[in-house]
Amino acid sequence: MGLFMSKGEIVAGCLAPHPPHLVYAENPEQNEPTAEGGWEQLRWGYERLRESLADVEYDAIVLLSPHWQTYIGTHFLGLPKFKSLSVDPVFPNLFRYHYDLDIDVDLARQIHDKAADAGLAVKMMENPDFRVDYGTITTGHMFNPQWDKPLVVLSSNRSRDYYSVEVMQEMMMELGRVTREAILDSGKKVVVIASNSLSHRHFTTESAIPEDMSKEHITSHAMHLWDMRMIEYFRTGQSQRILDEMPEFTEQAIAESDGGGLSWLLSTLDIPNYPGILHGYGTIIGTGNAIVEWPERNHKEGRE
Amino acid sequence: MSDGELVGSYIVPVHPHTVLAADQNEGWGRLRDAFEEAAQRIKDSDADLLIIYSTTWPSIIGHQIIADPNPEWVMVDNDFHDLGSIPYSFNIDENFAHAWNQANENRGLKSRTVAYHGFPIDVGSVVALKLLNPDNAIPAVIVSSNVYANRAETTVLAKACMDVVKATGRKAVAVTAMSLSNRMFTKPIDPKDDKIHSLKDDEWNRKILEFLGEGRLEDVGQLSRTIHRQIRVNKVVAFKPMWWLSGMNQNRNNLTGEVLAYEAIHGAGGAVVHLDPAASGAGDKEYDEDDVEYFLGERNVLDAQGDETEMVSETVSAKPSNSNGPALWEPTESKDSVNSAAAPKPVGAYPHARRVGDLLYLSGVGPRQPGTNSIPGGPIHDADGKSLEYDIKAQTHAVVQNITRILEEAGGSIDDVLDVTSFLVDMDRDFKGYNEVWADTLGKVGPTRTTLAIRALPTPIAVEMKVIAKAPALE
Repeated sequence: MGLFMSKGEIVAGCLAPHPPHLVYAENPEQNEPTAEGGWEQLRWGYERLRESLADVEYDAIVLLSPHWQTYIGTHFLGLPKFKSLSVDPVFPNLFRYHYDLDIDVDLARQIHDKAADAGLAVKMMENPDFRVDYGTITTGHMFNPQWDKPLVVLSSNRSRDYYSVEVMQEMMMELGRVTREAILDSGKKVVVIASNSLSHRHFTTESAIPEDMSKEHITSHAMHLWDMRMIEYFRTGQSQRILDEMPEFTEQAIAESDGGGLSWLLSTLDIPNYPGILHGYGTIIGTGNAIVEWPERNHKEGRE
Repeated sequence: MSDGELVGSYIVPVHPHTVLAADQNEGWGRLRDAFEEAAQRIKDSDADLLIIYSTTWPSIIGHQIIADPNPEWVMVDNDFHDLGSIPYSFNIDENFAHAWNQANENRGLKSRTVAYHGFPIDVGSVVALKLLNPDNAIPAVIVSSNVYANRAETTVLAKACMDVVKATGRKAVAVTAMSLSNRMFTKPIDPKDDKIHSLKDDEWNRKILEFLGEGRLEDVGQLSRTIHRQIRVNKVVAFKPMWWLSGMNQNRNNLTGEVLAYEAIHGAGGAVVHLDPAASGAGDKEYDEDDVEYFLGERNVLDAQGDETEMVSETVSAKPSNSNGPALWEPTESKDSVNSAAAPKPVGAYPHARRVGDLLYLSGVGPRQPGTNSIPGGPIHDADGKSLEYDIKAQTHAVVQNITRILEEAGGSIDDVLDVTSFLVDMDRDFKGYNEVWADTLGKVGPTRTTLAIRALPTPIAVEMKVIAKAPALE
């Protein structure tokens, strides 16, 4: 860090889910399939999130996607540009997206190095043939369809699968701590994003018209209750309770928080005790999805 | 053609080390040698189809089957990207893929084919096809592993596959791309330090391989849940491939097995195993789970009324099970009746068939599926009577399958059919498609036939057949 470099800043943290249905329903030119709309509640939620940040200056987006699953530590995209076609292996009928994205390799390496110093297993991904996962692309598009900000992309270390939610969370809390440190040291203004759903039980059938909203609902009442419980904590600034209940939530709601993104996000935001802004909630093929923003830029007092 | 068969089965590891780094570790090299030995055996078997079930391709909407005749791309592993890239260009049997997809639906499974440019073929399939079929001489087909599938669904998936293998006269090889114990080291290691992650994992792996070496495939299938709990990290899919492979082999326990190699790949257990269908003389099974012919599970959630977690019951009551027509009945039992659990329930008080002397008289047979009461190719109208698009060929295929099931229940086969009266609700629209399927199926058997146009059938179907067949000799 340069001597005269100003201190970095996290301007916002976001929970921003990635089901490819959202991009499909938007009909962007980069995606091959076309739709008659659908999932508007969530797409309007993304609109509100974009609007909320429209006048906020920032340099980069740091994003953790549960669909780049790694079993040997956390990996970081480590080349300045990735350009290819992303086809969702689960919903290829909906998502075949031609992407072209820039990476802030310096910031990625800064976080990587700090994580390594903290004893976490980390690796830079420098293979130019690597295809970026559809979770990163979907959230990247919905958050910033212009793709005019460089990204830092972290993989999802599946430590929950190897150990437990508790161990996963411990590791993600540490990763969040060093991510925050690296961002503040970098002098950059950054948005951090966890790209995951809440309850994550899918339907195993798909209607003939995937965007037929008459078929869309949460898979069960229990999943709805869990989602609302978490959203209430988001809206009332009770981040510690989210972390405390993460094992039960993850197990019982089969939640996509198993990828570590939500724990990492809250840690990166230093466990915010101010309210998050709920921009939208909706279900996608039965899973629960919330778009939430923690406007850290408005809550600097008393923090670093 | 009806003499298709499985000429061999193989279990192979999924990680890219055997393709990209076989020279970096002696064990990886031995696995590579075993792959090459397996490739030679497959070649020598004159196999004309490779069927890959890969644990590294998870799916959610039922099962997916690659149907792109020539998928090409460059595969890079999520974890081991530093080992390099694997360009691939495969020879896929799209016709088999489509036929398997239809067979899945006929057995109550949700299924679809995938043929999109750039679709990411998974690492397990890429490794298997690169090493077992290096010159692409044998056409292949690849199926996903559904994350929610249980034993019943996975077993039925195999049976549907074998329906097509048999019907098309193929000499097929079944391959499961999978790890045994799948716990890897969670930090990078020097290749020379690779070993199975723990002694416990190693002991379980050796027990599995002891069973497989004795050809006791169904025993391993029966132990799948236990194995998963003991030595499997809870990744996306469980230890399901043994269910599928055992289903492909008629749940046999007396195959001739040989372990060609067993080594660690970054801590996980990787093995190349050959299972020859030749009987080994073993075959005793300590216990057996229910055999399953049709999938009756949670596949109607989108249409569920009320509690959507309720499963479709295997027992069909006298109430309508869904919108496809009137109430269903248990088939009428009598001294001469022939009733099959594998055929759709009647819509009135009658049996599936009745034996009189040397003849079998079948009640009118439609395309509805047992258990789900679904109609392959779709119903011809909805509950309000609004016309819907449907596929007459799929319906006709399903009728022939239902006839086959009833005749097999009687101890006979489709070859016993003597005379058929067919009923079409739309002769102008459907005769051509119906006639094409007939030519490919019953037309080859050669019964006499009469085709009639009628106004309606009791359920929203387009075709029904009334059959008289030879009855198999009584023992």
